[in-house]
Amino acid sequence: MMLRIKRVPTVVSNYQKDETEETARRSGGCGKNCLRSCCIPGAKLPLYAFKKMDKIDGENDVLAIEEKEPPVVFLDSLILGEWEDRMQRGLFRYDVTACETKVIPGEYGFIAQLNEGRHLKKRPTEFRVDKVLQPFDGNKFNFTKVGQEEVLFQFEASEDGEVQFYPSAHIDVENAPSVVAINVSPIEYGHVLLIPRILECLPQRIDRESLLLALYMAVEAGNPHFRLGYNSLGAFATINHLHFQAYYLAVPFPIEKAPTNKIATLNDEVIISELLNYPVRGLVFEGGNTLQDLSDTVSDACICLQENNIPYNVLISDCGKRIFLLPQCYAEKQALGEVSPELLDTQVNPAVWEISGHMVLKRRKDYDEASDENAWRLLAEVSLSDERFCEVKELIFEAIANGEDSIENTADTMLKEPVEEKNTIAKSSERTMVARTQECLVQL
Amino acid sequence: MSNMDSKLRLIQQSFNSRYSEWVREALDELSDNFTITDPSISGHPLVFASRSLLKMLSYSREEVIGQNGNIFQGPKTNRRTVMEIREAIREERGIQVNLVNYRKDGTPFWMLFHMSPVFGKEDGRVIHFVAVQVPITRRQRGNGGVRLSEEASGLNEIMFGSCRKEVDTNSVLELGRVLSSDSSSNVLDIEETCEASDFEKRRAANVFNSILTVLTHYSESTGRLVCGKRCSVPGVGYISSSLNISLGRIKQSFVLIDPHLPGLPIVYASDAFLKLTGYDRHEILGLNFAVLNGADTNTSSEYQIQEIIQNEQACTVRIVCYRKDKSSFWNSLHLSPVRNASGKIAYFVGVQMEEECKNMDRHGLSPEMRQLSTVGAVKVAVRSLSMAAGSSKS
Repeated sequence: MMLRIKRVPTVVSNYQKDETEETARRSGGCGKNCLRSCCIPGAKLPLYAFKKMDKIDGENDVLAIEEKEPPVVFLDSLILGEWEDRMQRGLFRYDVTACETKVIPGEYGFIAQLNEGRHLKKRPTEFRVDKVLQPFDGNKFNFTKVGQEEVLFQFEASEDGEVQFYPSAHIDVENAPSVVAINVSPIEYGHVLLIPRILECLPQRIDRESLLLALYMAVEAGNPHFRLGYNSLGAFATINHLHFQAYYLAVPFPIEKAPTNKIATLNDEVIISELLNYPVRGLVFEGGNTLQDLSDTVSDACICLQENNIPYNVLISDCGKRIFLLPQCYAEKQALGEVSPELLDTQVNPAVWEISGHMVLKRRKDYDEASDENAWRLLAEVSLSDERFCEVKELIFEAIANGEDSIENTADTMLKEPVEEKNTIAKSSERTMVARTQECLVQL
Repeated sequence: MSNMDSKLRLIQQSFNSRYSEWVREALDELSDNFTITDPSISGHPLVFASRSLLKMLSYSREEVIGQNGNIFQGPKTNRRTVMEIREAIREERGIQVNLVNYRKDGTPFWMLFHMSPVFGKEDGRVIHFVAVQVPITRRQRGNGGVRLSEEASGLNEIMFGSCRKEVDTNSVLELGRVLSSDSSSNVLDIEETCEASDFEKRRAANVFNSILTVLTHYSESTGRLVCGKRCSVPGVGYISSSLNISLGRIKQSFVLIDPHLPGLPIVYASDAFLKLTGYDRHEILGLNFAVLNGADTNTSSEYQIQEIIQNEQACTVRIVCYRKDKSSFWNSLHLSPVRNASGKIAYFVGVQMEEECKNMDRHGLSPEMRQLSTVGAVKVAVRSLSMAAGSSKS
């Protein structure tokens, strides 16, 4: 039995059409400036090449921090500047800063926004929610169909270990470019989409490389108010083309404030904790000797969920220092008719932002009556049960333990890569001196 | 003068003008560990650190003044606790938390962090945040392998409190291969949680009161009184300390204009703006930015600006501007409305670009892009920081 729900998909690009219109379109030259082979040759975009650092590493000497040369371009400035530019060019469907928003008074600080323009008054489409892994379908909308004006810049690792910025660079198809594009129905200011290896047309599924890219973006932006999120299929991803989302909001998310209980420390110093006192059950990953260690642990967990057909969401917060993994089952419940009509009426689809505590509401009534209790009640429906969550935890830990094995085995091959003196891949428990970087330390 | 030097000069000036130059001696007579920070200076830097604190952390005064308080944090510092402190700063209230701080040599230790704002008596603004640090130490106990965390010699006047290590009652998953070995002899290791005793908490509060007494007393001598509780409501055009701090991180030259007040006054000016124009902050706040206009400024561009503000559009105008020393420059001024959480326009931001100085190397952001990024950063700050329940809606 196939499980399906009906919903109106969010429009993320001005070139996104109804399903019926999509399939009718010919795949040949489109006459627009998209990112397919018809329009890519000769196309240029800014390129931001980030510094591939293994760990938040930096000077111990506080005096040196002032004197250090700032990077040529801050990723933060690039994102904000390009976004504001697109805003002034009228590319967004509405001005999100004109939408009322508030922190609901209460212990958790859930965030509510009244946004009547985000949801279209269109006929809802059917989405299959019982398969987390579905093959890419070129007939449906995907990000190669967006207009080039909707793409802000290319994002990739720098060759020489230093941040590089090229205001206008050819899109090197051979190099599997990753891009950052705008979401024309933004939830907040700066809402963008990170599309790893866009031209490879990967389906929505996490792998080690793509999660690492997302994590690098969080680290590079160096702004704790810039968070990245991911929705798997079945957890309210609308488009089956691999992408992460991100935006700015300078208040803490309720999920970030929730207490946690540490349940394990891995050999590579990744710490796994459980969320406490929060309506949705989930895991928090932090630490790790290197960024890659943290990233690989989380991606292994995600891959495990994918392979076990468990829908989930991921929140990357605190400049990439904390990653939340939240398995969910709301869509399944919805398909089986188990969700109360009251909750369905709010038309809130609990994806990563909603689960983190940021709710976009389309009705004035829901906004005015928004409360801690309402938010909790909705999110509680999203969570796996205690029992189910325990089962899922076990699955995840098994997968991670196996992953660690392979890390141990390939330790030699990893040492082939140039190792900076301050970083160490060795598993000694001795700590190096407190190492931090100006950009990632959050100011009080 | 480097950025740091001018910041230090600013710190010195503002501290002295509020409390007079004698306050440092009086504060130095207190034998406790505390810091004072100023949210109105970019970077929310430390403006004072007590002798005891410097000794405890093994820093010199020069290494610490002008830096943000986060220099004392490190890998073991709990991220959520740091977030709680940030929130308290944002809501302009006090907080008391247990926190891991690091000495200069990288050794971590637990302490009780007690922070409280100091308000201007007349205008209700937050003038400073005072943070008292009380190290939490424990006696050696027979059970649980609990050990003394550090030598007493590095810390003067330590009153031994008790530290209850929270036991993780949930059984840790039995994945032997996966768990790290327990090495407790390393001086860089530290307990995961630690709780200050009631005695330590009362002590911290008392220390704060002593500091407040000193500050109040010396503020009387300058006539710019401070107090521990807000006794007047900040007037219109008040920029909350958190908004101040956020705006202070933006390194471009810009001002915020309040379009709802008569005279379209400047309610915020960035450090870079002050540097560009040669004005001091207190000289420029409250004035219409027409103060930058002079003999050669096209009157039509003045009208243009008024129109832009009335029409609530974003626009760029080229005008001649004058610095305090009467020298002029062509200014490509970009204006944009900025809305707060209510969705309505709260300010206009004006970002200056000195045309002669279009120094963009081939690999940097274009000046126009930099202007736009300033607008974006201001929009995020103003919107977000006016959202919180109970924060002053500036």
